[in-house]
Amino acid sequence: MVRPMVDAPTTGSDEGAADAFLQGDRSLRHAPGPYFGSYGGRWMPESLIAALDELEDTFEKAKADPEFVAQIADLNKNYSGRPSLLTEAKRFAQHAGGVRVFLKREDLNHTGSHKINNVLGQALLAKRMGKTRVIAETGAGQHGVASATAAALLGLECVVYMGAEDTRRQALNVARMELLGATVIPVTSGSQTLKDAINEALRDWVANVGHTHYLLGTAAGAHPFPAMVRYFHEVIGEEARAQILDQAGRLPDAVCACIGGGSNAIGIFHGFLDDPSVKIYGFEAGGDGVDTGRHAATITLGKPGVLHGARSYLMQDDDGQTIESHSISAGLDYPGVGPEHSYLADIGRVTYEPITDSEAMDAFRLLCRTEGIIPAIESSHALAGAIKVGQRLAAEADAAGAGEAAGKASDKIVIVNLSGRGDKDVATAAEWFDLLDKNSAEAEIGKEGEQL
Amino acid sequence: MTGVQDITSTSKSAAAIDKARAEGRAALIGYLPAGYPDVEQTIAAGIALAENGADLIEIGIPYSDPVMDGQVIQAATTEALAKGFHVRQVFDVVRAITSKTDAAVLVMTYWNPVIRMGVDEFSRRLAEAGGAGLITPDLIPDEAAEWMAASDKYGLDRVFLVAPSSSPERMKRTVDASRGFVYAVSIMGVTGARESVSSAAEGVVAAAHAAGAERVCVGLGVSNAGQVREIAAYADGVIVGTALVAAIRDGGVDAVAALTKDLSTGLTREEA
Repeated sequence: MVRPMVDAPTTGSDEGAADAFLQGDRSLRHAPGPYFGSYGGRWMPESLIAALDELEDTFEKAKADPEFVAQIADLNKNYSGRPSLLTEAKRFAQHAGGVRVFLKREDLNHTGSHKINNVLGQALLAKRMGKTRVIAETGAGQHGVASATAAALLGLECVVYMGAEDTRRQALNVARMELLGATVIPVTSGSQTLKDAINEALRDWVANVGHTHYLLGTAAGAHPFPAMVRYFHEVIGEEARAQILDQAGRLPDAVCACIGGGSNAIGIFHGFLDDPSVKIYGFEAGGDGVDTGRHAATITLGKPGVLHGARSYLMQDDDGQTIESHSISAGLDYPGVGPEHSYLADIGRVTYEPITDSEAMDAFRLLCRTEGIIPAIESSHALAGAIKVGQRLAAEADAAGAGEAAGKASDKIVIVNLSGRGDKDVATAAEWFDLLDKNSAEAEIGKEGEQL
Repeated sequence: MTGVQDITSTSKSAAAIDKARAEGRAALIGYLPAGYPDVEQTIAAGIALAENGADLIEIGIPYSDPVMDGQVIQAATTEALAKGFHVRQVFDVVRAITSKTDAAVLVMTYWNPVIRMGVDEFSRRLAEAGGAGLITPDLIPDEAAEWMAASDKYGLDRVFLVAPSSSPERMKRTVDASRGFVYAVSIMGVTGARESVSSAAEGVVAAAHAAGAERVCVGLGVSNAGQVREIAAYADGVIVGTALVAAIRDGGVDAVAALTKDLSTGLTREEA
């Protein structure tokens, strides 16, 4: 078939988008790609364009097919355990200026995070395309485990690329993937991190594209990945919006999520993009601090560039070489970000701020001790951000005086996307809080402040 | 559009390929990564390439995320970066080789370093250094509006890639957007020596010719004179990369000269 080919827009086309949105004459929801303002696109080798076209075509047809939609709904309900709960965190909220805080409990999904939403959808698409093999990249192992799970469920061969250092530090997650029948390949090229795992997965994909689908784990990469991964995660925001209306009787004042590539964030944000009264916040990994150079605050400090198929904000040096990111959270430790986030940042619809390792770990411990929930360290960045947002909302309420228009702090509502559970992070947290016996294996691996 | 015709007639890459064609042979295109093992040896090896039978030289810019490259080139470019290679040094390499040889010198680069410098600025400096144009492994015509304008402005060749997977529509669009020659990827995969050249290569070349390409060169997996001979029978040029990188790694500039001389024995078409 003849596919219409769209030329890239020139930069600067974003101006007026936020104004137009605020005036209510256009929707920010369901942005189809390939471009989000001047971001997105397909900065990819020609060899892979046919596969991207096939994927886009299959995805568009599947979305319009009631059978596919029903299949996803059934898996979400009867396999993943959706809808995930919306839990009010009353004791935690006392530390967030006394506003009401609700947690969207993606940690309760099968495999322990939001990642399952996307892998089930993509694995079904792989089957529709007649592909028998899926490949995936993973940092700490969450997306690898989710991919291996979906592959086992649907009878697909699964190969996971993982930085060699990460395979050592996350030996249990490697074992988990292998138990699920996947093959884990340690990546020793480049910086041996997540970005190099993606590079290696792309090299595999070029060579095996005939029977292989690349199951990308985040809302980044070449079109149609950003719009497609968002589609499979939109359920988070749809559920959260309905649940808060049901439980609190109104929309929240703010929604918070953590951002690495940005898949959990775009999933929950999407439900609220067209609600102008809802402020939306994305919290990036500030690592040791954004002034130290050791962080993953891509939107805060990066510059637009192309990496892994999309134009977006990017951590890069003056030569355009990718800079290695740093975060205590492996899931946020990525020097790029999904292109839709770059667009939402530029038009001012979403505010992106960095959270340091230390702030995230304080929030991690706080949630453990106030709510009996051990969050993923990724999600702890969103919790730390929610504390700041709650305190700001409370200060605004106080400044506005008692009663009337602004309302009391205790009337304000913040939703946090609790994107994953922290079981995988127990060793890292134990190291951070100095809970380990000095002779333990974890202490041995974790010496010199290494992330476990 | 008349301007485009004028530029085509002055394409350095096209001229180099046409010269080989007039001699009854395919053109030889050799790849070297800039700054490996250091800038001086890249220049010396580039001159050795030209003096021993290469018609065009492709200088690669080391990049942090080379998704189209196999292990040999990855190792070389990673080392060049670790030793402190800077993108601007590629212009020194191009200038040094073009000042000493008649070869057309192209730069092969992933796209982000060009964006970072500025597409216009990069193009201006490349043209000033005597460069012929750019080979762009991760830039497709769909995203190339800025590069189309800059390459027209500075008279540079734009070599896009076509692959066995390219649809007829994409083949046509890519051929139309290219200038100098079209780079036919011989195989679905990354760079690296292979025992035999994929049978897909001949089909890709035929499809590119059918789409209107006057000059089509084949790369990926070509490492010896026998393979060069095989490809020279149907393509306008043969591109060798990994084997030359392995040569400079193992035997320095002399090994590059010796391999080039050997490769060039495969260029003559038996019934041209």
